[in-house]
Amino acid sequence: MIPVCRLDDLPAGESVRTDTVPPIAVFNADGELYAVDDTCTHQDASLSEGWLEGCLVECPLHAASFDLRTGQPTCLPARRAVRTHRVTVEDGVVHVHVAAEEGTAA
Amino acid sequence: MRNMGPMGSMRTVTVVGASLAGLYAARELRARGFDGRLVVVGDEPHRPYDRPPLSKDFLTGRSDEDRLALGDPEENAGLDAEWLLGVRARGLDARGRRVLLDDGRAVSCDGVVVATGASARRLPGPGRGPAGVHTLRTLDDARALRAELTAGPRRVVVVGGGFIGAETASSCAVLGHDVTVVEAARLPLIPQLGPEMAALCAALHRRGGVGLITGTGVAALRGTAAVTGVELTDGRLLPADVVIVGIGATPDTGWLTGSALALADGVLCDDGCVTALPQVVAVGDVARVGGTRAEHWTSATEQPRVAVHNLLAGHTARTVRPLPYFWSDQYGARIQFAGRRLDTDTVRIAEGATAGGAPDEGGFLALYEREGRTTAVLSVDRPRSFTRVRRELARAATVQDGTANAKEPALPREGEPAVP
Repeated sequence: MIPVCRLDDLPAGESVRTDTVPPIAVFNADGELYAVDDTCTHQDASLSEGWLEGCLVECPLHAASFDLRTGQPTCLPARRAVRTHRVTVEDGVVHVHVAAEEGTAA
Repeated sequence: MRNMGPMGSMRTVTVVGASLAGLYAARELRARGFDGRLVVVGDEPHRPYDRPPLSKDFLTGRSDEDRLALGDPEENAGLDAEWLLGVRARGLDARGRRVLLDDGRAVSCDGVVVATGASARRLPGPGRGPAGVHTLRTLDDARALRAELTAGPRRVVVVGGGFIGAETASSCAVLGHDVTVVEAARLPLIPQLGPEMAALCAALHRRGGVGLITGTGVAALRGTAAVTGVELTDGRLLPADVVIVGIGATPDTGWLTGSALALADGVLCDDGCVTALPQVVAVGDVARVGGTRAEHWTSATEQPRVAVHNLLAGHTARTVRPLPYFWSDQYGARIQFAGRRLDTDTVRIAEGATAGGAPDEGGFLALYEREGRTTAVLSVDRPRSFTRVRRELARAATVQDGTANAKEPALPREGEPAVP
């Protein structure tokens, strides 16, 4: 479990990237928190710098789009999913529970 | 519209060019329900791969060939295409119904997608020049260059300061080589970025410890068996063990000479990627669509949707005018540009700052403007702000095209609302 930031510092529409290896992007999508691996599965670009619309994030480099709920790509050029990670808020602090294995976590 | 075209009469479609654009066209054909014979001809022995990493992570060894593949076995099976690889197309018959191959074979077809791309331009002179002289366009080019760059420190001269030249120089510097870039113009990238922004981007070479010599061309290469130096038109001689020529690309249209297609620095197409023959469309670097030929990754991925739609419809039912977009990774900086700028547009830094004529650590966002309207955007390491402006520009362009288009509206991008 990794503390990320205070919830107050992650308002709706914003995102933050952890310094972990690999880095993880945490999004506040209209009040719902999601965490996925930060690096686009197509090429080296940071999804935390992407365009957030609903629970989709669009990669800033080639406009691959991922569903934050499942990690699945919704269009080309990405073909592989990003891992998703569980997010909790404890005492006003956002935490990420890093998925142990490849694939998606609840 | 979908069932009104001659799709039923299309039994065989040949895609010439196992490229990014060729693969996207093949995917689009299947996605639109084309269930006939699909033949893909490629002059390289490889399945389609992504070229942008060749000058970057592939060259530095940060990523390998498996990361370049554009499809996977599952998709390849689903496409159900016949891949004729390592064979060059050498002609298209007058009616556009037969693609002639170098090995003597011919593919009879009802539709053709021309996606042969472009080839790296070489310095004038016989053959490929002495050993140690490279271009960087194909996987085989990149393999050869990478092998040479991992054999110990080299003196590298890069001819041409455009994106390929700059990215390659940056990768060579990362690998510890002594690198000099030679650019014939006053500055690299002036046609793309305008002089002010070109100057800022040129300063990145300095950041990477790479020498930049501008305003002088190459007079000759020195060396007989292997290259030993580059002689400049101003008389200077740069010693070199490796010379990389990045002076642009020419569209691969030679095989179409004598066909019914109109050729002029590319295959001439209307706004819907349709050539002089309605059952032949062209996409990607080889296509001059509505007067413009763009060697952009995004053009190669966006044109096939419209091209294939029109091919199956049998006429130009849709048009495409994607907002030009390109990016470049060099010296640890990410440059992104989108829009259509004119030399008369003004440009201003809207976010971030510059210091000493170079981008600041935090990067910057620059807006090109005409009569109070934003026409294009450039950013260095500001991907989020860049995306916001790029989307605004794309939306404005879609609205414009939609009203100007008397046929069906321009295709919206995925996830964007269609224009009513």
